[in-house]
Amino acid sequence: MTLIATESLTKTYGGGVTALADLTVAVEPGIIGLVGANGAGKSTLIKILLGLLPPTSGRVRVLDLDPTTQSDQVRARVGYMPEHDALPPDLSAAELVTHLGRMSGLPRTVARERASEALRHVGLYEERYRPVGGYSTGMKQRVKLAQALVHDPDLLLLDEPTNGLDPAGRDAMLALIHRIGTEFGISVLVCSHLLGEVERICDTLVAIDGGRLLRADHISAMTTATDVLAVEVSEGTEELAARLAAYRLPVSREGRLLLVPLADEATYDLILGAVAELDLPLHRLDQRRHRVAELFATREPSHV
Amino acid sequence: MSEPAGVIHDIGYQRYTGPRLSRGAVFGALYLHGLRTVFGFGRSAKAKIFPWLVVGIVTVVAAGAAAVRSQIGEVVMTYAQFADNMSWLVIFFVAVAAPELVSRDLRSGVLPLYFSRPLPRSDYPLAKLLALVTALWLLLGGPQLVMFLGAAFTTKDGMRGVWNELLDLLPGLLYAGLWAVVFASIGLLVASLTGKRAFAAGGIVAVFLMTTPIVGVLSIMPSRAVNELAFLASPSTLVQGVGVWSLGDLLITDDAAEAAGSLIGDFGPVYALAAVLLVAACVTLLLARYRKVATR
Repeated sequence: MTLIATESLTKTYGGGVTALADLTVAVEPGIIGLVGANGAGKSTLIKILLGLLPPTSGRVRVLDLDPTTQSDQVRARVGYMPEHDALPPDLSAAELVTHLGRMSGLPRTVARERASEALRHVGLYEERYRPVGGYSTGMKQRVKLAQALVHDPDLLLLDEPTNGLDPAGRDAMLALIHRIGTEFGISVLVCSHLLGEVERICDTLVAIDGGRLLRADHISAMTTATDVLAVEVSEGTEELAARLAAYRLPVSREGRLLLVPLADEATYDLILGAVAELDLPLHRLDQRRHRVAELFATREPSHV
Repeated sequence: MSEPAGVIHDIGYQRYTGPRLSRGAVFGALYLHGLRTVFGFGRSAKAKIFPWLVVGIVTVVAAGAAAVRSQIGEVVMTYAQFADNMSWLVIFFVAVAAPELVSRDLRSGVLPLYFSRPLPRSDYPLAKLLALVTALWLLLGGPQLVMFLGAAFTTKDGMRGVWNELLDLLPGLLYAGLWAVVFASIGLLVASLTGKRAFAAGGIVAVFLMTTPIVGVLSIMPSRAVNELAFLASPSTLVQGVGVWSLGDLLITDDAAEAAGSLIGDFGPVYALAAVLLVAACVTLLLARYRKVATR
């Protein structure tokens, strides 16, 4: 089953601002990271997925439903956590989440039970009876997540869930999202402008920029063979490259560095052997972890 | 391995397979929530003070009228007149209740949480409007019921007297309904324009109070038609105009009757039409307002 599929999706606002341009992407269930700079079109995409905004052109399907015509059915199965403050300060978390559960069609007693459960899952216990106005930012974010979870959706749309959190809070929120995506069996679309954050928890990564798709793929496909050994010798770089190529290692140059993909431990030995045989002054040999960011870094300028 | 007593087991996340209620049930839940909000239920004690103060005043006035009538036998005010006399209190009640219903939600940003749920976006404002209409109607109709009970238990004509009293009460309740619909739709529209409750309350009072001088100016213009149409200019006098036309002597008693009959002349239907158009326009604008809010 395809979780979310868009086809040439375009959204142009009244003032001629293009938020999404010809976006075609299809993702499978799981945890999906949607990354892009501020203004890349993430929030617009979420609103289209919820059926709150009509696309200017193109097609979109969520959970095999069309949000432009079946928006109520889509919204019944989707939980949404907005980016901005969305909590009335004088209500308690328990009251608010119960009320919103009823707005999703849960019967009264079920709504109350599931609200307590959802708040417990996000880590709010006794404090759920206190007014939200006195909560910390981290607790507010948790309440927003709980209200998205209360009606047991099949898909969560989280818009910048780590906004305003301290590093510990970010880690806790990411761990929670990861748990929802894996243990709860709910697919999650996490929006963020911080690639380093989402890449830790998601299976699939979709990167957009200026409303255009940069890349969409499984995170495993992006990070395979991304561990690289960087070799730097003071002289004889060419000779070493030739020698390593003779060992059938796919060597690439990066300035004064030679980059060799790290297949296994034997790669080290081969490189050290080659350096020793050629009797070259080895300046450094270290392992680099390719961040997914680097995969995009080379592509982004082409769209600017 | 035996486990110590009193351990709370994390049974993990439970999927929900039970029933999901229809649009009507959700609308009903939102409506009841709104009605409770107006009277401060489920809110802090502070939020209950004003609504219940107003409820107290109108009930005391009604009880007083009923008492005077049963003791002296003089009708202090008819049911419809009660609604008219209480209109100032209703204005202040709307000025507090309408911002409570909609401005709070605009300010706290909670609306995206509603609009991301199955509920169609017109249901939110309509449920709030219906809740406010009901609250105002209860506010005006409840005391009328007190007056009716007072009159019914002290009537000297037996069941016939009770029946006659009931025939007086029903138009009074309908008239209260007209007040409720007109005031609620104007009040809610004004409140939906701003997230600041104080601005909303001020705006509502302004709409009702600032239009009254216009009526005064128009009613002394040297043209009879203008004088007779002057009451269209303010919502309160518009409602009273409809009342004068449709209820006649139930609203206008004894000596004032003749003078009142000439107040709006033959323009009664115009007043009724104006009231309908006013409400329709307010509801249309309210829905348009929320169509825009929902996409933000």
